[in-house]
Amino acid sequence: MLKREQLKDDYLENRLIRHRLIWAAVFTVLLLSMVLGRLYQLQVVEHEHFSTLSDSNRVRIKALPPTRGLIFDRHGIVMADNLPAYRLEIVREQVHDLDETLQQIQQYVEVSDQDLKRFKQSLKRRRPFESIPLLLNLDDGEVARLAVNLHRFEGVEINARLTRNYPNGEHAVHALGYVGRVDERDLSRVSEMDYAGTTHIGKLGLEKFYENDLHGEVGIQQVEVNARGRTLRVLSETPPVQGNNLYLTIDSRLQKIAEESFGDYSGAAVAIDPNNGEILALVSMPIFDPNLFVNGISFDNYHALRDSHRRPLFNRALSGQYPPGSTTKPFYGLLGLESAIVTNEQKTYCMGYYKLPNEERRYRDWKKRGHGRVDLHDAVTQSCDVYFYDLAYRVGIDRMAEFMAKFGFGEKTGVDSTGERDGLMPSRDWKLGHDGMPWFPGETLITGIGQGAMLVTPLQLANSTAAFSRHGIRYRPHLVKTIEKIPQYTLEDTVSQIVDRYEVQREKNWQHVHEAMIDVVHGLRGTAHRISKGIQYQVAGKTGTAQVFEIAQDEEYEEDEVIEKLRDHALFISYAPADNPRIAVAIIVENGGHGSSVAAPIARRIMDAYLLEQS
Amino acid sequence: MNQLRDMDSPSYSRRILDALCLDPVLLSLLLLLAGFGSLLLYSASGADMAAVVRQGTRIIVALLLLVAIANIPLRMIRKLSIWLYIGGVAMLIAVMFFGEVGKGAQRWLNLGFIRFQPSEILKLAVPMIVAAYLADRVLPVGIKELAVSAVLVAVPVLLIARQPDLGTAILVGSAGFFVLFLAGVRWRVMISLGVLLSAMAPLMWKFALHDYQRTRIITMLDPESDPLGSGYHIIQSKIAIGSGGVYGKGWMNGTQSQLDFIPERSTDFIFSVFGEEFGFFGSVVLLLLYLAIIFRGLYIAAHSTENFGRLLAGALSLTFFVYLFVNTGMVAGMLPVVGVPLPLISYGGTSMVTLMMGFGLIMSIRSAKRFLV
Repeated sequence: MLKREQLKDDYLENRLIRHRLIWAAVFTVLLLSMVLGRLYQLQVVEHEHFSTLSDSNRVRIKALPPTRGLIFDRHGIVMADNLPAYRLEIVREQVHDLDETLQQIQQYVEVSDQDLKRFKQSLKRRRPFESIPLLLNLDDGEVARLAVNLHRFEGVEINARLTRNYPNGEHAVHALGYVGRVDERDLSRVSEMDYAGTTHIGKLGLEKFYENDLHGEVGIQQVEVNARGRTLRVLSETPPVQGNNLYLTIDSRLQKIAEESFGDYSGAAVAIDPNNGEILALVSMPIFDPNLFVNGISFDNYHALRDSHRRPLFNRALSGQYPPGSTTKPFYGLLGLESAIVTNEQKTYCMGYYKLPNEERRYRDWKKRGHGRVDLHDAVTQSCDVYFYDLAYRVGIDRMAEFMAKFGFGEKTGVDSTGERDGLMPSRDWKLGHDGMPWFPGETLITGIGQGAMLVTPLQLANSTAAFSRHGIRYRPHLVKTIEKIPQYTLEDTVSQIVDRYEVQREKNWQHVHEAMIDVVHGLRGTAHRISKGIQYQVAGKTGTAQVFEIAQDEEYEEDEVIEKLRDHALFISYAPADNPRIAVAIIVENGGHGSSVAAPIARRIMDAYLLEQS
Repeated sequence: MNQLRDMDSPSYSRRILDALCLDPVLLSLLLLLAGFGSLLLYSASGADMAAVVRQGTRIIVALLLLVAIANIPLRMIRKLSIWLYIGGVAMLIAVMFFGEVGKGAQRWLNLGFIRFQPSEILKLAVPMIVAAYLADRVLPVGIKELAVSAVLVAVPVLLIARQPDLGTAILVGSAGFFVLFLAGVRWRVMISLGVLLSAMAPLMWKFALHDYQRTRIITMLDPESDPLGSGYHIIQSKIAIGSGGVYGKGWMNGTQSQLDFIPERSTDFIFSVFGEEFGFFGSVVLLLLYLAIIFRGLYIAAHSTENFGRLLAGALSLTFFVYLFVNTGMVAGMLPVVGVPLPLISYGGTSMVTLMMGFGLIMSIRSAKRFLV
């Protein structure tokens, strides 16, 4: 070993340094091999894995919501379209402090608690970098105020998007229904993928029933984004397909006239073409503006509508169930003739009330003094109750229930909308099932004049009237006449469908009732005689009055003294022209008193509008 | 005779290089790397020609400095070492008091006409002073020499680490260490020092490291623990490199890089861009190019005629390797994130100038030998 004091030996030192240099070179190669090994692992062994990560990093799927199909009336008048509405949208990933941003936004626009709640719910089920709407319908002032300050809020955008619009406002609202914001419940019914990006969905009526047609097909865009989520370019795109357009059977003009005819009354009117089941007008009064619901109705507006005692949100035409009253008499009249219980000529004496054998109870006629001796024709035109008490008693509830079912009473018509109810045609079985009680003969009597348990919806009543006018041929009523399929732009007509058919045994029988119904309007003693003034076509009709509450046995019913809410409902059914009907109408005016005074004139105006204008 | 001389004589360009004291092999390797770096920078900066031009200017300035230093006689360089070292340490102390703060660290000194990091000077001054000190001593180094050298290295390293600038501290420290290593510090001494350091590691973890440095180490070990915070760099960088595959996505086609997923993609993380666009194959080629440069430096060291040149050239070449290893290791997720650029490729002038000056020293060492022949 060398000693410290030794002289420097350049040869030895050079050898030492060279050895160390070789060692260093070896270490260098070893360490670089480690780096290469690592790179080999990343780039060769795990390449697939990182390649996938890289693609999911940069490629995002964006849903392109389709434009909702348009709705036109039968003549091509726009009933529902789409207008651009300015929305305030937020991309969560780009917002640094969400709560603070939300707070600052509220300096410029009002954000309700509802909006906030909905926004926070949507946040939970968003896809990365999706823009979530906070406010759906900014007005010009709000847009201006926000736009000026937008640079202060990263991740906050104002976007114009097509939104459902009902250009006619409240007009035909109950026929159309409306759309609203998609909520959790809606999403359980539809595929979430199809509704990615869609903000609105049919909530009611046609809009809901034809959701599949109207919605269209979602488009997909593959976009390349940078690390901050900004879209750089579109890699591929499947454009969305607009929803199918609907052409309704509704005649917008007729609908409007019908709505106006109600004045301040609440009620419903349905007009049907008896030859094919097309619904020409479907009115429920009062009406409301569906545009309020599209972007989320405000708390105040909603409560005003919901709490109004006139219940504008209630679709009476489909969901309202009323006692049909005397409008059932033509049907029972036909039944009496067909079952040979009565003949057209036989007369019954009406002394103002009817008594069952062995019973004390008096079944009153609406006319206190009675109608005297009446045959079927008189009984229909003057709406004699006693005649039909007797007829019903003799026909019996079983035949009545069976016959009326043929005309669609007590069952849904199957209309292409939502919220339709069954109505009720009472029978022995129904009563036993309903309250476990046997059927009493007295109930047959009151059923015979359309009172008691029996209930109809206005649509049902109109459709039964249409079926009667066609000698028993009953169509499925429908609201959509033609669907325009997008993108082929082919027209697909709704095929009129006969649901049931009552075979009239003797044509004469039908003719007798039919003539009586004509005289209801055109006869001097007809209950609806007053609407015949100046009429240019022949109408067959029948008035009706539905009791809202029962009068005690010995009580007098004084119309004027009864507060409006308890006043009788006025009903009227009709079809015209009588010999070749093109329109059948059913009117119910809530608390309208007698059918003749309030309901019949509305029917007249609808029929005038349809028959006179058309020819 | 004439013919013979012609055959024997070096070519015209070779003669110019000799006159300028430049090593043709090393110079062409450096130019190749710098030129290639510019191409990569063009891609990494998102086709920013202005950035490439700026970097090109720096390369030219750095090359001029290289030539200038290569022409300083080695004896003079050796004499300058002590003054460079003293000046450097003085400026480090000045930085402590008057330095400008940038990116959370106090590293810059503004002398009015120029703004620079004194720590860069130490990257050269430390190996120079240690090599100069040891060159006249009997090798292998004894305990006294070892202790003196250790102090010479430790003072600037600690000053730099305090700024804090861990990357530069590592580079300066390893430069000093390499001189000692080449000067023959005994293996058993190095091993005991290594054991001692490992034993002190927990203490250093607790007292010597800043919070952010601790986080970086944790993040390196488990980047997924904080994917949006400090782990983000590493995750995205690994995705970029891994998705490059064997042959890469092609120049300008790296989606990770071009779409801005890689932070610092034209500076410290430029190797992720390279890995993504040129793949494993390209990485092997690039690393071999670096290795060639290092080996050329080691070769020059081995053939130097005096200890100062041997020690200095060897240490500088190995420091160059440390740059490479720390940077690629960090980008590939093997080492914690420390601010060490990819030598001669990362955007930025500071390290470019220091590195080229280092190669200027190496070339001067090579020339010194020739004077004696």
